Amino acid sequence: MRARSTGARRRTPAWLVAVAAALLAAPLALLLPRVARADLQVLITKGVSNPIPIAVVPFAQTPADGGFDVAAVVQHDLEGSGRFRLMARRDMRATPSTAAQVQAADWRAAGNDYVLVGRVSSPSAGVLDVDCDLINTATGQPVGSKRFIASLASLRNAAHQVSDFVYQQILGVRGAFATRIAYVSLTGTPPMQRYQLIVADADGENPHVIFESGRPIMSPAWSADGQWIAYVSFENRLSAVYVQRLSTGERRLVSARAGVNDAPAFSPDGRQLALTLSGSGGNLDIWLLDLATQRLTRLTDDPAIDTEPAWSPDGRSIYFTSDRAGGPQIYKLDVANPSRVERITFGSSYDAHPAVSPDGKRIAFITLDGNNYRIAVQDLSSGTVMVLSHGHLDQSPSFAPNGATIIYTSRDGDMDTLQTVSVDGLVTQRLSDQGEVREPVWGPFTN
Amino acid sequence: MHKSVLVWIAVLSVALVAGCSHKTRPTPAGANSAVPAGQSSETAGAGENSANAAQQAGVANGTGPGVQGPSAPQLQERTIYFDFDSSEIKPEYNDVIAAHARYLVANPNIRVRLEGNTDERGSREYNIGLGERRAQAVRQALMLQGVADAQITTVSYGEEHPAVTGHNEAAWAKNRRVDIVYLN
Repeated sequence: MRARSTGARRRTPAWLVAVAAALLAAPLALLLPRVARADLQVLITKGVSNPIPIAVVPFAQTPADGGFDVAAVVQHDLEGSGRFRLMARRDMRATPSTAAQVQAADWRAAGNDYVLVGRVSSPSAGVLDVDCDLINTATGQPVGSKRFIASLASLRNAAHQVSDFVYQQILGVRGAFATRIAYVSLTGTPPMQRYQLIVADADGENPHVIFESGRPIMSPAWSADGQWIAYVSFENRLSAVYVQRLSTGERRLVSARAGVNDAPAFSPDGRQLALTLSGSGGNLDIWLLDLATQRLTRLTDDPAIDTEPAWSPDGRSIYFTSDRAGGPQIYKLDVANPSRVERITFGSSYDAHPAVSPDGKRIAFITLDGNNYRIAVQDLSSGTVMVLSHGHLDQSPSFAPNGATIIYTSRDGDMDTLQTVSVDGLVTQRLSDQGEVREPVWGPFTN
Repeated sequence: MHKSVLVWIAVLSVALVAGCSHKTRPTPAGANSAVPAGQSSETAGAGENSANAAQQAGVANGTGPGVQGPSAPQLQERTIYFDFDSSEIKPEYNDVIAAHARYLVANPNIRVRLEGNTDERGSREYNIGLGERRAQAVRQALMLQGVADAQITTVSYGEEHPAVTGHNEAAWAKNRRVDIVYLN
């Protein structure tokens, strides 16, 4: 199955451009979020064989909502998940906006298992209520109703929350539509490249440049509260690790030591950064940096390359890549007793870049599969490995906060493009962009 | 000592490093000595953040117009290439390294930055490690020939600074390299 999820790329709303223009005028323009040049576009490249049929009816609107089409965002989200088949608007014979108005039998006859209806209203100035009802067409009864309170600026996010609600009600898994991703975008050709660190909604919309440089930006990582991004910048030719607060643009240099400063990863409590340092001797090991005191604690001490630390959700373990056995493999250390190291991967001559699932039960990583670098997941209790991707140079896996999807990059011709794959391998998507896109990391739930 | 003896010592030293480097990898540093020092003078001094074309070209290949460094013909070759997943210095680069070592020993106020690079395959962060290992192999070779530690800075760009942009073995071979960049 190969389907375009939307007929045409949606334009950035005018109000967003106005907000961005205001931000650009601020003195700290470089560090404040602003709208990036190109939106991403989601293309489903593979979906489940029996998607759930659903109709998302256009919501009743109010003049205060600025014409924003909530239902279109929900439709796009659900279709992009690959788990649903959406009824086309042109085929809808009625536009109910409350559960009472829904003639369930008619919608069922048109092939839908579910109907979503809703309305946007403005109970007071500046406040928008988004109400929705999800109806099972077999019973005619609402399976769930919910109100989301938003402002004009947060209406798109509220629409994503409606999608999360539908996804949860029907599939029993929390949706991750109302979350964000960060990635590095590269435009231009040598020697005039621009590297941009971008934060966008999980569907690629609403992209904001949070930092840019003529020299490489690498290794973005989210804090667990979604307030901070850590990353590596070579802006002074040598590597350095920075943390940046998204709401204000406040940027702190936390490590510019001799040699390698790389692969920062916030501890789940946000107090520490695991990172890779080499010192002038060039031996990469993993260290803990206390962000309040700047105190460094060594975690690994091995002549091999030890890098790419990834925390378990309970903060007790760190998975990392090491070539102490020859080629790169994934290991786990006990943070309280870091000399306790256990090898985790055995299936390939090259396993690297671990990402831990939000429930801590599996890891995703890069594996050499024949002559191809692909994304695999390993169940940590059984050791079962499944290769999920099909590219020849796939990199940088990161789990969605609901654990259902992995985002990664795949080389297509001369460019790295963003892809997602469901952890069961059944649904793949491509998020395209105008230029090279690298190192996507999926942010946490924030509501 | 006769000059040819010195050259032989240099060649043997490089061969020794090359022979050992794969198995031994960089020497494990002690817990104290390996605590990375504060921001180096290089980092502190270089405040600019512009995409200057000549500077960028220098980063990409270590030579070219506007690039610092000695003008002697034997010192114009400033790139050491490596085999896949290897940080062994191949014998054909012994002369290149020996020439730079002689110049640096004779000019102890001259400093170089060794920029380690990899091809595009595999993990970006692991490749930072591989690039650093290559830069360290060249650093060790220079130091064995008498260059002072203080004259050398290393940086790894991993796969982030390819010299050429192709996606085949010919391009990959040109990207697995250490560039010797003269800083003054």
